[in-house]
Amino acid sequence: MSTLQRLTERLSEILDQDSVITDPVRLRTYDCDGLTYHRATPGVVVLPDSAEQIAAVVRLCDEYGVPFVARGSGTGLSGGALPRTDGVLIVTSRMRRILEIDIPNRRAVVEPGVTNLAITEAVRDQGYYYAPDPSSQQICSIGGNVAENSGGAHCLKYGFTVNHVLEIELVTPDGEIVCLSEHDPGYDLLGAFIGSEGTLGIATKVTVRLSRTPETVTTVLAAFDDIEGGGRAVSAIIGAGIVPAAIEMMDALAIEAAEAAVSCGYPEGAGAVLVVELDGPHAEVDHQFAEVDRICREAGAFEIRVAASAEERAAIWRGRKSAFAAVGRISPAYIVQDGVVPRTSLPEVLAGIDRLQEEFGIRVANVFHAGDGNLHPLVLFDDAVPGQGEQAEAVSGRILDLCIEHGGSITGEHGVGVDKSRYMSRMFSEEDLDTMQLVRCAFDPKGLSNPGKVFPTPRLCGEVPGVRKGVHPLVESGLAEQF
Amino acid sequence: MSADEDLAGCGTTVRPATDADAVAGVPPRWVALPESTQDVAAVMRVAAAHGLAVVAAGAGTMLHWGPPPERCDLVIDTCCLNEVLEHASGDLVARVQAGVTAESLTQVLAARGQRLSVDAPAEGATVGGMLAAGSAGPLRFRYGTSRDMLIGVTVVLADGTVAKSGGKVVKNVAGYDLGKLFTGSYGTLGIITEAAFRLHPLPADSRWITAVVAEPGQSLLESLAASPLEPAAIEIDRPGPREPVTVSVLVEGVAAAERAKAVQDLMGMDAAVAEKPPAWWARLPGEEILLSARGLPAAVTGTLRVIAAQAERLGLAPHVRGSAGAGDLLVGLPPESDPAQVAAFVTAVREETAATGGRLVALALPEAVGVDFWGPVGALGLMRRVKERFDPERRMAPGRFVGGL
Repeated sequence: MSTLQRLTERLSEILDQDSVITDPVRLRTYDCDGLTYHRATPGVVVLPDSAEQIAAVVRLCDEYGVPFVARGSGTGLSGGALPRTDGVLIVTSRMRRILEIDIPNRRAVVEPGVTNLAITEAVRDQGYYYAPDPSSQQICSIGGNVAENSGGAHCLKYGFTVNHVLEIELVTPDGEIVCLSEHDPGYDLLGAFIGSEGTLGIATKVTVRLSRTPETVTTVLAAFDDIEGGGRAVSAIIGAGIVPAAIEMMDALAIEAAEAAVSCGYPEGAGAVLVVELDGPHAEVDHQFAEVDRICREAGAFEIRVAASAEERAAIWRGRKSAFAAVGRISPAYIVQDGVVPRTSLPEVLAGIDRLQEEFGIRVANVFHAGDGNLHPLVLFDDAVPGQGEQAEAVSGRILDLCIEHGGSITGEHGVGVDKSRYMSRMFSEEDLDTMQLVRCAFDPKGLSNPGKVFPTPRLCGEVPGVRKGVHPLVESGLAEQF
Repeated sequence: MSADEDLAGCGTTVRPATDADAVAGVPPRWVALPESTQDVAAVMRVAAAHGLAVVAAGAGTMLHWGPPPERCDLVIDTCCLNEVLEHASGDLVARVQAGVTAESLTQVLAARGQRLSVDAPAEGATVGGMLAAGSAGPLRFRYGTSRDMLIGVTVVLADGTVAKSGGKVVKNVAGYDLGKLFTGSYGTLGIITEAAFRLHPLPADSRWITAVVAEPGQSLLESLAASPLEPAAIEIDRPGPREPVTVSVLVEGVAAAERAKAVQDLMGMDAAVAEKPPAWWARLPGEEILLSARGLPAAVTGTLRVIAAQAERLGLAPHVRGSAGAGDLLVGLPPESDPAQVAAFVTAVREETAATGGRLVALALPEAVGVDFWGPVGALGLMRRVKERFDPERRMAPGRFVGGL
């Protein structure tokens, strides 16, 4: 009997029958996350209902030396929740309770399976919302957001998950339940845990900051002949000292796809559209809107639309938010890339992407968070044409090289996961990666928590030099001698 | 070779220490004056070879914070790491060496209409010191603390390893965020040599709306914090337990004047609007004896009452100041306060505020007070493991941090 089988038998000590999945057909439904071209059928799936159950499962994994992977809604785009065939997949979908809403302290306590949007929906009537807004917010879980340090269109002004999570209860890789609070003295383990992609343990309870709904929101759609015009407008807006809640840009190919998919009705003939959202007190937003309007016209916008209602705002966003899925309408297959460049390098990097398109004969649709230089190039290909997948993969990798050359990052919000671990050593030195893995070794010396993610090569943790207490076990058992 | 010889030959200026170089009363033997990250690495390799205990020092404005180091052989003075490496104004990003002072950075950034949205705790404070101490001032209500503005960091570990994480783009989730780990670590994991920050435009206009009240109602503080007028800071100042409390709210932006009027309405007609901050704004309320009382925003008035009652009981005169909006208060006591009474005060306030989830941590205390600086520390086991991995020989500011780390 394999180790995993022995472990699986003991799961009944912790979970009832319907919380353990071993049926091969049902296991297969968990074989990937949002990055569907990496697949692995998990050895066993558990659906725990509490932190205690997760801790007990993790302790079993620790005892048997079996790897485990946590999964929320499975919407991640870097394969962070890719299961292990020899391991346990811990799915948090049954932990969807909002435990506490504390308006006077502007915080909410939720279980990890609660969806991002559910928090906002629970507090909207009281004039609050949860600020980080990844595009998948209707279904993605807070536990997953914590693992990936998720951002979203509005993180330009409001920051990321790490800026909005105040406390986390987690199960450490050796099965202990620990609480990390922003108020606690000591190392900022809360900050180190958020964005660690499930490699330091599993969040079981998350306290988030609630933000006040802005007094007013103005959403502007500006259409330009070309991407350069849009780029000029973005630079001028930032240069004018305005920090919009969001500035998003789409190029002609992305617009064409969105139009085909959701008929978003963006201005005809636009080579680029810019979505600028301003929020805050009326008086500030009115002033900023006047500036943005002027700047866009000066930069060559041929049409500017302003959303006057929530419906009109939703219509403007519909095209942008559907963009990823929409390219399915104009291409049989595509790769969603997620790179970051300093915003001022955008024109050069976009020109570089153009050259790659020509060189490889591969089309790239560009959608990006222009305000913070986070590019989401969609690399289009036909998987029925032999070799085109590899070509697309090559273009996708070369785009990351461009980002690194310009002082940027290989991922702005999708995470490293399995997808980009091989690019990590292009961005970081061996010393950098080894140092990061000291944190891993502190939390997870056996390397059982989501192994194979983030780092290209795992660091062997070994023992901590100099702090050995008592006689080494090998010496004690007579297997080694110490001199 | 001796440590003296190796330090002399490591390519960095190293001078014998004087009494003025003492760290919280502990005199080092040498002071190194590196000019680059590589210099720091070279010095640290020598320190590792000779088992030297090392403390990093900036301007020294917060060097007396925390318990004294158990050992201190070598001080790494960051005064010559004083270059602003890059101000990419179009990207709203700056990269600096750790010894750059907040003032000089402010000047450089202001020349192009930008700022780092973190208040310096004292004149002369360096960026590295502010990060190591995890400092934050009034702006923390809107922008968070220094860790929230930090987007990239270069550190040198105890063995001389140079490591960086993050980068110079705001949006970046590649790899672990060592910047978070090192911010507020009191130099016990390694030495921060460079940092990259996200910046904000300088506000076009600012207004401070200030009112004096006998005791602020929690409902007033909450309505200010919840106001869609977007205050950047909500501060209180109480010079003594029987004194009234000054509440001051900052609004920033083109329409600051207009918004200030609306804040004034919220606060009542006694509130005055000014274009300059009150004199006490963003200044620490104490020096030798300084405590931090953090907790939930809704517990602020309760904490004020606990502090006043314990001060009366023990005959102390605490000066309370801080962010009512963020639930983060500082308590200063006169240096001549009786050490035994100070110890009793720390213990009592710590216990009473814990009931509402509050934490009382001592930032600075004279040795005679002899009370635990930290109070209960969650996840100390994990922290110990982190320290053991980064500094297995306990040579980085040993004993200066939680749990004796």
